[in-house]
Amino acid sequence: MELFLANFANWDSLVTVWPLLMQGLVVTVQVVLVCLPLAALCGLSVGVGYSLAGPNMRRAIVVMIDLLRSFPALVLLVLIYYSLPAFGIRLSAFSAVVLALVLNNTGYFGEIFRAGIMSIDKGQSEAAHALGFGFFRAMIWIILPQAAQRVTAPLASNALELIKATSIASIVAMPELLRSARVAQELTYNPTPLTAVAVIFFVLLWPFSRWVSVLERRAIIARG
Amino acid sequence: MDKLVQNFFNLSVIEGALPSVLIGFATTVQVALAVIAIGVALGLALALLRLLERRLVDALITAWIELFRTLPQLVIIIFLYFALPYGGIRMSPFAATAFALGAVLSAFCAEIFSASIAALPKGQWEAARALNLPTLRTLWLVILPQAVRLATPLITNRVIAVTKGSALGVAVSLNDTLGAAQSYMAIVANPSPLMLAAALYLAFFIPLVTLSRYLERRMTPY
Repeated sequence: MELFLANFANWDSLVTVWPLLMQGLVVTVQVVLVCLPLAALCGLSVGVGYSLAGPNMRRAIVVMIDLLRSFPALVLLVLIYYSLPAFGIRLSAFSAVVLALVLNNTGYFGEIFRAGIMSIDKGQSEAAHALGFGFFRAMIWIILPQAAQRVTAPLASNALELIKATSIASIVAMPELLRSARVAQELTYNPTPLTAVAVIFFVLLWPFSRWVSVLERRAIIARG
Repeated sequence: MDKLVQNFFNLSVIEGALPSVLIGFATTVQVALAVIAIGVALGLALALLRLLERRLVDALITAWIELFRTLPQLVIIIFLYFALPYGGIRMSPFAATAFALGAVLSAFCAEIFSASIAALPKGQWEAARALNLPTLRTLWLVILPQAVRLATPLITNRVIAVTKGSALGVAVSLNDTLGAAQSYMAIVANPSPLMLAAALYLAFFIPLVTLSRYLERRMTPY
């Protein structure tokens, strides 16, 4: 047990690598703060675009959503990061990660918003038109508030998945939390930094994850 | 345009990469199958164990679920592969990836199955009892068929999301589709193998995504 603690929860090495981990955490938070609003906004535009579109355009949007959802986020990231230089376009690791995560999650958020908006009864928008609302005002004031309420659970769950997915940035050597821990582990020759990073992620994300769980459970029971 | 073809769809490079990338693809499929087997079976088992309502068992299962729902998949894979050897547990890249993702999937599946079982009206249990059906047979013949039906679209979505994580195996040098394409790319200094890998991933996941869309449509009117 003592040996176990000396390895996996070594106080000295934790103190040594803590500043490194905190730097990593700052980068992770930055990626999340850029990606999450951007992806949600892109997804929302896709959902609203779908409700505006004619039948052919709608099919095209669904195909696009499914294509984006079919790529593992990491494959998208590697594709962007390693293949664009062949065109002479050089992206920083940060922009490549943002681009990959936003593209991937535009698919997920797009599908959620699309389904949410389509689930609202037609009578709602007809009534809004009868009251003199234009398309966008009806969307903002009448349709979206109801749609958002219906899809809160998947939206929250997807936001959580996006936050977790930022750790793939470590694969293109971006110094976020997980990458910092790997570097620290190689410096200290013990796994304490990896334990620390798992604990940091868990402590920060658990309340959110708990909340998502409750929302999802409620949604399933409402369906049953 | 020529440059584009030269770099991304270079047929001679793709031809050269094909054998190793296809072997990698076979690994991806194996990881995916292992993850699904571990995840769904363990998830269902955990959901059923919860029905026993033993406090200790419940606490352990809840801890398992919360842990693996919350931690990023890559953090778990890296932990299994790079940290556990210090505790004397050594795993192959394949095992680390399959166990890590299997654990994640099992957590999500346990949640979904147990919510689906809870979602069924109490009358189902009561009616079965009135018919003198023993508990296990009630579970098997009455509750599970309905719960599984309710859970299927959600489980399918999770299965897709988690099996996509198999590409994360490259972080522990798993030689899967992405890993094989990357190593070949490094040899020929040309990203065409990545396009091949991307095409294989699409070929694998588009049918699954389409299936999940179909299942969801059957469950909901929109």
